[in-house]
Amino acid sequence: MSRIDRRFAVCRAEGRAALVTFVTAGDPDADTSLAILKALPGAGADLIEIGMPFTDPMADGPAIQLSSQRALKGGQTLRKTLDMVRAFRAGDADTPVILMGYYNPIYVYGVERFLSDAREAGVDGLIVVDLPPEEDDELCVPALKAGLSFIRLATPTTDDARLPAVLANTSGFVYYVSITGITGSATPDFDAVARSVARIKAHTDLPVVVGFGVKTGEHAAAIARGADGVVVGSAVVEAVRASLDGEGRATAATVPAVEKLVGELAAGVRSVAKAPAA
Amino acid sequence: MTVQPLNSYRSGPDERGHFGKFGGRFVAETLMPVILEVEKAYAEAKNDPAFQAEMDGYLAHYVGRPSPLYYAERLTEHLRAKNPGKGAKIYLKREELNHTGSHKVNNVLGQILLARRMGKKRIIAETGAGQHGVATATLCARFGLECVVYMGAVDVERQKPNVFRMHMLGAKVVPVQSGARTLKDAMNEALRDWVTNVATTYYCIGTVAGPHPYPAMVRDFQSVIGKETREQMLAAEGRLPDSLIACIGGGSNAMGLFHPFLDDKDVAIYGVEAAGHGLASGQHAASLTGGRPGVLHGNRTYLLMDDDGQITEAHSISAGLDYPGIGPEHAFLHETERVTYLSATDKEALDAFMLLSKLEGIIPALESAHAIAKAVELAPELPQDHLMVVNLSGRGDKDVPQVADILGGQF
Repeated sequence: MSRIDRRFAVCRAEGRAALVTFVTAGDPDADTSLAILKALPGAGADLIEIGMPFTDPMADGPAIQLSSQRALKGGQTLRKTLDMVRAFRAGDADTPVILMGYYNPIYVYGVERFLSDAREAGVDGLIVVDLPPEEDDELCVPALKAGLSFIRLATPTTDDARLPAVLANTSGFVYYVSITGITGSATPDFDAVARSVARIKAHTDLPVVVGFGVKTGEHAAAIARGADGVVVGSAVVEAVRASLDGEGRATAATVPAVEKLVGELAAGVRSVAKAPAA
Repeated sequence: MTVQPLNSYRSGPDERGHFGKFGGRFVAETLMPVILEVEKAYAEAKNDPAFQAEMDGYLAHYVGRPSPLYYAERLTEHLRAKNPGKGAKIYLKREELNHTGSHKVNNVLGQILLARRMGKKRIIAETGAGQHGVATATLCARFGLECVVYMGAVDVERQKPNVFRMHMLGAKVVPVQSGARTLKDAMNEALRDWVTNVATTYYCIGTVAGPHPYPAMVRDFQSVIGKETREQMLAAEGRLPDSLIACIGGGSNAMGLFHPFLDDKDVAIYGVEAAGHGLASGQHAASLTGGRPGVLHGNRTYLLMDDDGQITEAHSISAGLDYPGIGPEHAFLHETERVTYLSATDKEALDAFMLLSKLEGIIPALESAHAIAKAVELAPELPQDHLMVVNLSGRGDKDVPQVADILGGQF
């Protein structure tokens, strides 16, 4: 059983959905970013997605674009992101860590070397936005062989005919994108999301988590009624941005700002009681 | 590197959109269904004689094809004077005479007719120099479609005449403020729009790049350039040309000229990338010469990037060539060595811009001036019976304010 599987089992046993939080590695600088990471589980995050910054984040809205730019300006690289996971893992053996980003930095790092270094650093899974099932040979299949989960995005445009192809090599969980759009943009229609989650669950036993456009504890609670987990990203990196000084540097308020938001989101998720798993 | 010659260089892409190891479909899941829909619609249209007939009608009566293949006598004589007894005979393929002033309209016409077949009412496009944006705005006006063009804020500044044209044609031009604020960022923003409005919207990509089937589809629509050149050269000289030269940003005018000749092994083919301030300066847009394979904007191809896989900013005097990537089929033709890729600096392009204006009375686009620059370099060393075709992909009216600004008092 993987760390991701164990964590969802724990949440199910507690009769609640999981909170998945996204932060960009190296935003606004390496030290603060690691401090944020270490604070997340205590604030209520059940799983952590770490964004690997990229110059051209085609599927992301302004909040994550700016967050990536801050990280890159601070000198973040894929190697440093892996170092950060290693440092986090030294103090936390249980919280699943998923790296999320775009393919080019991984391709340039070298797929085999990346998979081996990521596994050694304590990474549990990967989400790579620009690798649909049609390109599974690139990274998905090698990642599964290396013992990492490959978490696929399903979207409102993924119909029933296509869903089996999207789910075929997915492991860990399925990430349902709540809107047709970029991260941090529109607020989803919660009823439509619930129907879509039910539709996906008819095709798979994997946990289904929902992200894109979730900004508040209330949103998180609305999603948590039907889904096994809720992902929040743009709102978290926006909290980082709002805490910076005029020069874009971290302040004493940066880590507490993230902790406060994550605490509210966790309370929202935990406010919805679900039947505990048998 | 020794390379085995292939039986055919014209068989790509395979069913997954690969030219050798290049190409593919590296897009977000939200876009995959529509990409497959475009692929299916194009495959059907390609085999539908009615679609081809409709294309041919508009190409003849709206675009103004065929474009002439023109013997550039004074340019030829000027270069022959530099090396007596030598000097290739230079022909210009006059794509700048097309409606809207460049080759871009060939592709846009095909894609807009396809979008109509697919029932899409809203068209989005990215543009660098504005030539693709103008062509898209033009065809959208002609067919009554909503048109939104994404253009880097830097390019909006340096290509103002084209921005005005797009406005007049009824298009909305969105200046893109993210990243380097040039063509690459315009493409990112167009992809973000498409992800958001995928149900109603068709993305009209302007070059032989992006996810499959775009590189092959855009090439097919542009291949009219090479097919005409073949017939026109046979009519004028009774044989095929000895060499072809075209400039390359994404590479659509070049691919359109080259593709029908790829299996004619005696035809030497040259692509010209933008060397900006010089390859050694690091400020250039020569992806093949100065980049390496990576994945961006839906395809694997040569890209300008750093050691961490972060895309670096391109530089060229020409907004249309200012892109850190290149179409995947060019990457394939580079690695198989069928096409020779050269580069021309900003200064060489500017000199060629002035030379052609003064000798032939043709003001070329700064993009096309890169191809002229290499013709000027290669032709004097070649025999007089060598037939060279340079693709004059666009006209330079849009560049006049920028060139006047650069040359200032030198006029």
